[in-house]
Amino acid sequence: MVNPEMVMFEEELLQIQAICERLVRDANAAAVFIVDKNGQLIAEAGETENLDTTSLATLTAGNMAATGGIAKLLKENDFATQFHEGQRRHMHIQVVGQRVILVVVFDERSSLGLVRLRVRRASQEIDSVFEVMLSKVAEAPMASPFAEITDEDIDNLFND
Amino acid sequence: MAIFNYSSREISCKIVYYGPGLCGKTTNLQYIYNKTSPNARGKMISLATETERTLFFDFLPLSLGEIRGFKTRFHLYTVPGQVFYGAIRKLVLKGVDGIVFVADSQIMRTEANLESMDNLRENLLDHGYSLERVPYVVQYNKRDLPAVAPVSELRAALNPAGVPEFEGIATQGLGVFETLKSVAKLVLLDLRRGGRR
Repeated sequence: MVNPEMVMFEEELLQIQAICERLVRDANAAAVFIVDKNGQLIAEAGETENLDTTSLATLTAGNMAATGGIAKLLKENDFATQFHEGQRRHMHIQVVGQRVILVVVFDERSSLGLVRLRVRRASQEIDSVFEVMLSKVAEAPMASPFAEITDEDIDNLFND
Repeated sequence: MAIFNYSSREISCKIVYYGPGLCGKTTNLQYIYNKTSPNARGKMISLATETERTLFFDFLPLSLGEIRGFKTRFHLYTVPGQVFYGAIRKLVLKGVDGIVFVADSQIMRTEANLESMDNLRENLLDHGYSLERVPYVVQYNKRDLPAVAPVSELRAALNPAGVPEFEGIATQGLGVFETLKSVAKLVLLDLRRGGRR
């Protein structure tokens, strides 16, 4: 199997969450997200209450996948950084370690320069957290938490 | 690629509806969206052209409930069926955990079904998966239309492996939830085995 399930542990997730929260402060950002390349949301920080974060994660991953496809047509490996400029809100998107996507939403309280600067440091930190997490999984492969489920458990899901 | 999140105790899985253009993939998702309680579903997103043909994908997040204390979330996607959107179909398949192949039962669409099935196999191979190892089910849609092929013929052409199969009339919801439940079950059983490693 090329892509085994991704396993997120509490310890590393807390570290990633802390990095996101600091990035919101350091970059004066409105919101920060970390999205897996397949479109699943991993962490979020900042003003996210009025945002549809699930959709945002999916569309960001789709967007990155599409531009990645364009990059290959142009004989580039990837376009690792993207910037979308709106009238009030802007978005900076950065691929981190070929694994996850770091999204920063910001407005007039910040600037592209500041966001880029802060994203650079945060990316390195996020990458090293994922390195640790992946090596953990590789060293001690875990049994699936679903290894013990019964047919009945599954049927119960669909009884509503 | 399912994600087990031990912190929030959630598992997220990705299911892709595949099939030729106009076979009813988006209609399946729309029916599921309309018939699911708002607590159990998120917003449905359709990236479509002005003529409502899928351009990139449709997306519908569903929350099915808990298994052993893990919230199970299913993210349903469709691919654009039209032949020239091949590159996009491949992108959507990335990280897939389960597949629904929606076939158009009309005799005149036989070739399109076969072509789409071949395309699915190729695209999976490019991602390093094989259809034999990915949980998948088949839906023979549009059973209400005139000039449909008998199920036995469709089965011989599209389901030689004998995976779970369903007759569907997606516009009326017939077979839609049966198909979804079946693929969701296969995905969970696959996770029980520890995935496709």
